Amino acid sequence: MLKTSSQKPAVAAMQRLLRSPSGIIGLIIIIIVFLSAIFAPIIAPYDPIELNTKDRLQGPSQNHIVGTDQYGRDTLSRIIHGGRISLSVALISISLATIIGSFLGLLAAFYGGWIDILIMRFTDILLSFPVILLAIALVAFFGSGFSSLVFAIAFVYTGPFTRVTRAAVLSIREELYVEANLALGASNIRTLFITLLPNALAPLIIEVTLRLAYAILIEAGLSFLGLGTPPPAPSWGQMIAENRRFLALSPWATIAPGLAIMVIVFGFNLLGDGLRDALDPRLK
Amino acid sequence: MLFYLLRQIFLAIPALLGVLIITFLLMRAVPGDVVTQLVGLEGNVSQERMDEMRRMFGLDLPVHVQFRQWMGAALKGDLGSSIRTGRPILQDLAMRFPVTIELTVLSLFIALIISIPLGVVAALNRGSLLDAVISIFALLGLSIPGFFLGILLILLFSLELRLLPPAGYVPIQESLYQNLRHMVLPSVSLGLVLSAAITRIVRSSMLEILARDYVRTARAKGLSARKVTYRHALRNALIPVITVIGLQFGSLLGGSIIIEQVFSLPGVGRFALDGINLRDYPIVQGAVIIIAASFILVNLIVDLIYSLIDPRIRYA
Repeated sequence: MLKTSSQKPAVAAMQRLLRSPSGIIGLIIIIIVFLSAIFAPIIAPYDPIELNTKDRLQGPSQNHIVGTDQYGRDTLSRIIHGGRISLSVALISISLATIIGSFLGLLAAFYGGWIDILIMRFTDILLSFPVILLAIALVAFFGSGFSSLVFAIAFVYTGPFTRVTRAAVLSIREELYVEANLALGASNIRTLFITLLPNALAPLIIEVTLRLAYAILIEAGLSFLGLGTPPPAPSWGQMIAENRRFLALSPWATIAPGLAIMVIVFGFNLLGDGLRDALDPRLK
Repeated sequence: MLFYLLRQIFLAIPALLGVLIITFLLMRAVPGDVVTQLVGLEGNVSQERMDEMRRMFGLDLPVHVQFRQWMGAALKGDLGSSIRTGRPILQDLAMRFPVTIELTVLSLFIALIISIPLGVVAALNRGSLLDAVISIFALLGLSIPGFFLGILLILLFSLELRLLPPAGYVPIQESLYQNLRHMVLPSVSLGLVLSAAITRIVRSSMLEILARDYVRTARAKGLSARKVTYRHALRNALIPVITVIGLQFGSLLGGSIIIEQVFSLPGVGRFALDGINLRDYPIVQGAVIIIAASFILVNLIVDLIYSLIDPRIRYA
């Protein structure tokens, strides 16, 4: 009984998503980028790290589609490998932010009172910082590297998930079926996760997709500032910062990683738009 | 109204204090302090000498004592001096804050003159090819990192066309023309990215208003399409846009940190970044307080503009 009623809207939403061109294009872009990152060692034509100084700063050619950098490394191969860092930082950090943020949002909406005030004031304070400044400070705190990027981005993006979950849960908190559920003896935990949380799922999924886009942009920005993962392993933002010095000599080494960032972020934004139309037609 | 404003200012105090405490704790939790950073530059220095330096800067005191001392001075208008250079923070901020403000104001201006017409046109031609093109432009704008756009603009306008300087800053007092020449590319990079977000809001807000009864009434009583669009629809559609500007101001300040870095502008963002890298606590605290305070101030101004454009909103 419960199953059919909870599955039908999901199936319908999926069908709507697959009918929206932006959703499909976004999904295809994301899948291609993910596959190329996962199979990077197989796909990439060259080693991304090995130095090859006699080929330095080449323009696009048959051997190197988007040329080489100052150490003669193939830019395309470095971009394909660089996706591994950007994507995994974004995925892990936004997963953490989603879990912690939605949990705090649930608590705030369900218990209200001082718990609500405490959680939301804290969220407000976090959100009144410019995200990038807070992330910079956190990375300085943890020392630059993969895990500190993840924690910093997770930390700055917990707030939006708290807000979204809280708002969704508050809108149904007073519904009769929630009250009935509690009156029937359901525990608070059961009510929180089985009854209330699923109602926040649609806005949460949209938020996750869009925040993944932001997370990739922030990761790129931090890496550009030299606060990302250390060289020689490539990441997109770091490649832009490194190759920028040779912008006049070989612009492609800088342009190509920037385009890579744009493509994947564009994919997530398209999917986010498609999901919003599919899951919540009211928001269109 | 006055009461409302005072209350908002009063409510902003805990937020500002919270921001400061977090900054204070975070900076002191970072491994290494200004002394190790300084010593790192100068080679081997004995432990006694390092302890003496910490005592000199007051870094040996417990954190809450440091915070009280700093707050006490700050309330009297003294933000301390840079540990590294000894220059008063206030003096540096007075030089750098106008750069950041000019950058954000110009960016906002560019964003608005692009996004409002585009959003309105897209909404009026909903579903057309033009609408689709504008939507794709907006989505692309949301997807490009501001610093990358900046580099592309440098490549085109500085390196290829040689029209504009690629980096650097000239104060307005020296030459308004040179100042603007240096500010064009940074403001456009920041403004274009922001215009993407605002275009989307203007479009959806305009669509919502155009479907309202009073717009239909205005049309029915024979007002020209022009008048309906501008007098009735646009004015109301801009209300949510103003909220978004208030909220986006934070990301505008944040974006300016990276853009200042790309274009070597001596703004507050770069100041804060240098301060964090060198563990120069007073610099970071001073920069954060001015960034947070201006964010709060802008949101107060947004509240005020609200009541001006929408007479229904009255703050009691």
